[in-house]
Amino acid sequence: MGKSLVEKIWDAHVVKTIDGGPSVLYIDRHFIHEVTSPQAFAGLRKRGLPVFRPKQIVATADHNVPTILQHLPIKEELSRQQVDKLVSNCKEFGIELYGLGHPYQGIVHVIGPELGVTQPGMTIVCGDSHTSTHGAFGTIAFGIGTSEVEMVMATQCVLQSKPKLMRINVDGELNPGVLSKDIILYIISKLSASGATGYFVEYAGSTIRGLTMEARMTICNMSIEMGARGGLIAPDEVTFKYLEGREFSPKGKDWDAAVAKWKELYSDQDAKFDSEINIKAEDIQPMITYGTNPGMGIGVDQSIPAEQEITEKEKAGFLKSLQYMGLQAGQPIKGQKVDYVFIGSCTNSRIEDLRLVAGFVRGKKKASNVEVWVVPGSKQVEKAAQEEGIDKIFEEAGFQLRQPGCSACLGMNEDKIPAGKYCISTSNRNFEGRQGPNARTLLASPLTAALAAITGKVEDVREYFN
Amino acid sequence: MKHIKSTAVPINIENIDTDQIIPARFLKATSREGFGKNLFRDWRFENDDEAQPKKDFPLNDSKWKGRILVGAKNFGCGSSREHAAWAIKDYGFDVVISSFFADIFKNNALNNFLLPVQVSDDFLQKIFDAIETDPNTEIEVNLEHQTIGIPTIGIEEKFDINSYKKTCLINGYDDIDFLLSIRNDIEGFENKRKAVGAA
Ligand code: SF4
Repeated sequence: MGKSLVEKIWDAHVVKTIDGGPSVLYIDRHFIHEVTSPQAFAGLRKRGLPVFRPKQIVATADHNVPTILQHLPIKEELSRQQVDKLVSNCKEFGIELYGLGHPYQGIVHVIGPELGVTQPGMTIVCGDSHTSTHGAFGTIAFGIGTSEVEMVMATQCVLQSKPKLMRINVDGELNPGVLSKDIILYIISKLSASGATGYFVEYAGSTIRGLTMEARMTICNMSIEMGARGGLIAPDEVTFKYLEGREFSPKGKDWDAAVAKWKELYSDQDAKFDSEINIKAEDIQPMITYGTNPGMGIGVDQSIPAEQEITEKEKAGFLKSLQYMGLQAGQPIKGQKVDYVFIGSCTNSRIEDLRLVAGFVRGKKKASNVEVWVVPGSKQVEKAAQEEGIDKIFEEAGFQLRQPGCSACLGMNEDKIPAGKYCISTSNRNFEGRQGPNARTLLASPLTAALAAITGKVEDVREYFN
Repeated sequence: MKHIKSTAVPINIENIDTDQIIPARFLKATSREGFGKNLFRDWRFENDDEAQPKKDFPLNDSKWKGRILVGAKNFGCGSSREHAAWAIKDYGFDVVISSFFADIFKNNALNNFLLPVQVSDDFLQKIFDAIETDPNTEIEVNLEHQTIGIPTIGIEEKFDINSYKKTCLINGYDDIDFLLSIRNDIEGFENKRKAVGAA
């Protein structure tokens, strides 16, 4: 019987399988950041252990960093301590750090791919749930906890039980104005926030094949929002083209050898999946969330479900959610006013996202009642935006182009949305308090967010494309 | 860890995510201790103020106490922050019951000797009903036999846990000890891959 892509990569990385237990999985690349690593380093120190394979670890500072005046010391004391700790830990244990001020610094899931550290066929982990992003390159990439970070530092392995497999096929033409963010928000709204728990998801089909690498990353990024351990896409010419010539991509003969191997990374015709789902691209509309988990999404021209449409079991959670959001069951979402627009996060802060937004807002001005933050995913994205004149377009539109970091995606730095305010956000989580205590998040694509920046409201981008 | 008998605290909400269990602004610590006081911080206190506990939140209601936390479906979804498991454990819980756990949370819990017990939807409902009717109801968890029950009303169910993890929990081993013990295998694996020219 044929093998699926996940099985091919998985089987090539199993060091050993424990009877009645998990497999010992060898890890090729380990990314670390300041928030989930200090206790792991402390653990190593306590046990008197070195880092086993320091060259397979890449570190960056992203969650806590300010997004203005990055050349100055971080004002917030605890954030500064955490970032400083990362610097001293990396130094002590011999780990490459792309910290504040480094030309490669940025959100961990943005820099891995753009540097070519992320390559097809690898196993990749990070103490961060959105590690699934790297799956866009045909890797097994998943988030781990701090104890596991310590394990990987100590032994380059984690213990994992083999996941179940799901394939989601998306086929057909996308409607104008519909982006990969809408595809994944649509999928999650169908499957729910727990619909893929325990699975690795392979995304396939003609629509997925037709996407750029950056658009594919947006999809894999949000796999975790339906509970999946990871999501991945088989590598193809688009993947190879993206990787060719990047800083850490193989070069010369090694490149040819690597590509030959990567070409074998696909699910065989007769591979078996525990679950298979088919989606028609033309059914997907520009999406937006109205609730407090990413599964609570609807098309922008739809209404929030009425109370009768919700099952008895889910009703309490549904109503709690709407109360938090200050929205009514059954109300249309179009026309909902917004106060903040956040374009950033590891979901949508890459150069294509910024280009798309810039192309749309060129010559327009933001609505007077909104504040707009655009936060590039990395120093390299920031630099490209400046070189392409995107910074000028934003400035004229009244948008603030800030410096790279996670920013208002989780509000660990100063970039918080004030209580009660509505923020349309290109990030991945609309949990209560995610963007600041009592902040209200509406997740959407960069285009839908850009449109809201101009009109001050939730609107349908399709009306601007016809 | 083999056998736990305790009253329980119910939080009957689905999709409890790790941002609720421990909000991001408390992740700036560089040690593992002390997260319990901020467990469910924004559900527990009005305006982020410890002087203003929200009366109807179970952790603030003295009738609920014990070493067992009961949550509804899809407990621990969201971020991979192990701080969520640390906070629950530090607050004083040894067991979390739900009908469904998010994968990363489950691993994090196990790595911190916090036992996640997954029960059927029906059984979970019975637990909620029983403890809501009588907050002094005791739940009994037997890790050795992999059973969970409420003796006073005569209900019991089996739960799953892989035998490796079970042994670890019962004996207090952790995964790093195990992985370190097979370092030779790991190096052998690396050499074999190098030989075939793998990455
Ligand atoms: S941008 Fe948001 S989701 Fe991505 S790594 Fe940072 S905090 Fe996590």
